[in-house]
Amino acid sequence: MYSKVLLLRFPREIVNEAIVVNLVKRFDLTFNILKATIYPRKEGLMVMELTGNRKNYKSGVRYLKDLGVKVESISQDIKRNEEACFHCGACTAVCPTGALYIERPEMTVAFDKERCSACELCVIACPAKAMEVNFDRGLLE
Amino acid sequence: MAKHKVKKTIDEINRKIKEGKVVVVTAEEMVGIVKENGPEKAAKEIDVVTTGTFSPMCSSGAFINFGHSKPPIKASQVTLNDVPAYAGLAAVDIYIGATEPTIDDPLNKVHPGQFKYGGGHVIHDLVSGKKVRLIGKAYTTDCYPKREIKKQIRLADLPYAVLVNPRNAYQNYNCAINLKDKTIYTYMGVLRPMADNANYATAGQLSPLFNDPCCLTIGLGTRIFLGGAQGYIIWAGTQHNLSVARRKNGVPVEPGATLMVMGDLKEMNPRWLVGVSILGYGCSLAVGIGVPIPILNEDMARYTGVSDEDIFTQIIDYGKGYPKGNAESLGEVSYAELKSGTIKLNGQIIQTVPLSSYVRAQEIAGILKEWIQTGHFYLGHPQHLLKDI
Ligand code: SF4
Ligand code: SF4
Repeated sequence: MYSKVLLLRFPREIVNEAIVVNLVKRFDLTFNILKATIYPRKEGLMVMELTGNRKNYKSGVRYLKDLGVKVESISQDIKRNEEACFHCGACTAVCPTGALYIERPEMTVAFDKERCSACELCVIACPAKAMEVNFDRGLLE
Repeated sequence: MAKHKVKKTIDEINRKIKEGKVVVVTAEEMVGIVKENGPEKAAKEIDVVTTGTFSPMCSSGAFINFGHSKPPIKASQVTLNDVPAYAGLAAVDIYIGATEPTIDDPLNKVHPGQFKYGGGHVIHDLVSGKKVRLIGKAYTTDCYPKREIKKQIRLADLPYAVLVNPRNAYQNYNCAINLKDKTIYTYMGVLRPMADNANYATAGQLSPLFNDPCCLTIGLGTRIFLGGAQGYIIWAGTQHNLSVARRKNGVPVEPGATLMVMGDLKEMNPRWLVGVSILGYGCSLAVGIGVPIPILNEDMARYTGVSDEDIFTQIIDYGKGYPKGNAESLGEVSYAELKSGTIKLNGQIIQTVPLSSYVRAQEIAGILKEWIQTGHFYLGHPQHLLKDI
């Protein structure tokens, strides 16, 4: 499972929703449009989250680029929702960098942001969905 | 049964609670007390030992009556936030099970599936006071002419909502590893290939059924901490099994006893009933449970004095063995070793990963202790002990 928030710029000639639908049909990806605007000069801008398996994700992005869509990934970081985390420890099974680790003997689960590589493995592995992907929300305004 | 030097009854302990004289400690504190003073002296001094556990517990759910409409309906298919509930009860009675996913969940079609929302989340949302969308369909009868019902429900407005969990608080559970060469996604969490991590559940020495390993004091009617409120043990849970291998201290070294529990959902708290999504496996509900163990005699003091060093479980391969129905033990480890961060198996050092929250288990044992000390919680009288089931 792979998921990224992308900023897409569509040139005037191809402002057309069918392109996005093709990501689903041809590449078995799912998308979540966070923002879509068509500017007066008719070029389009879209912020969307694209999800699927890594190989399909890459093919999907290549398809967009081949059509002339400019694809920028939005820098993301990982945040822990402290309210939601119940300190089970399940995430320490997937974290490759040791950013999530258990403090002994207390058995609390610590999150060291400095060591986090934003690989997002914990985001889907955390049963409480306490690990959240953060990106610049300013883009949605 | 050997004669006991210390003998107490539940009535006597309840009288002490009323008089504010009861002595309560947590199962963690009891370890040191029994080590220092021996079980007899500990039994004289301590009246109740509180335990706790907080973990995903799949066999959980709630009975809900959503109230009659005008004209009335005999709902036969019901969903709550698109999660199907069992409606084969009476006209407006349903049971929402924790592991039921939403109707259009992609499940494991793109493996590992994320199971973002299910019955456990519905229960969590209800307890959080959120509105939940109910859709019910029915065939019509002369007395129930309505075909369909759509409404928003809120826990506070429901005529009846009771949490009834057929199997919770497993006494001991396997330590899971994966001997395959690729990562697997199980109810025991993510298991990296070639035994790269070992996952375990249960809170060890704090866990309710490790403190009364033979179920001598608990049964139908034992009052407990459940989901933040006072609930009850109502029977043995499904798969309850007392005929398992044990150490000399009475503690099983494999999955043994289980609890069936119930309590009024309306009194519960979202901190102690949390909907969870287990990657590649499904939805569930993390449930907080605490059982007070009455120290009726020195045997119960000895049992509740058990520590992580004295509790053992089996290492099981979930990669090749378990899916074939072959859960052969690859070795035995203590909870003290599991909690240390690594275990050793055939010379290989393996990282351990807990799935059950020890911090929350401690918190529950602490809350229950305070409830009893301050006279807000009295011990229930078990009518039928679990040892006899
Ligand atoms: S898996 Fe989630 S809830 Fe559990 S410790 Fe990690 S972040 Fe917290
Ligand atoms: S994003 Fe990756 S590196 Fe960062 S905490 Fe999660 S699992 Fe660890």
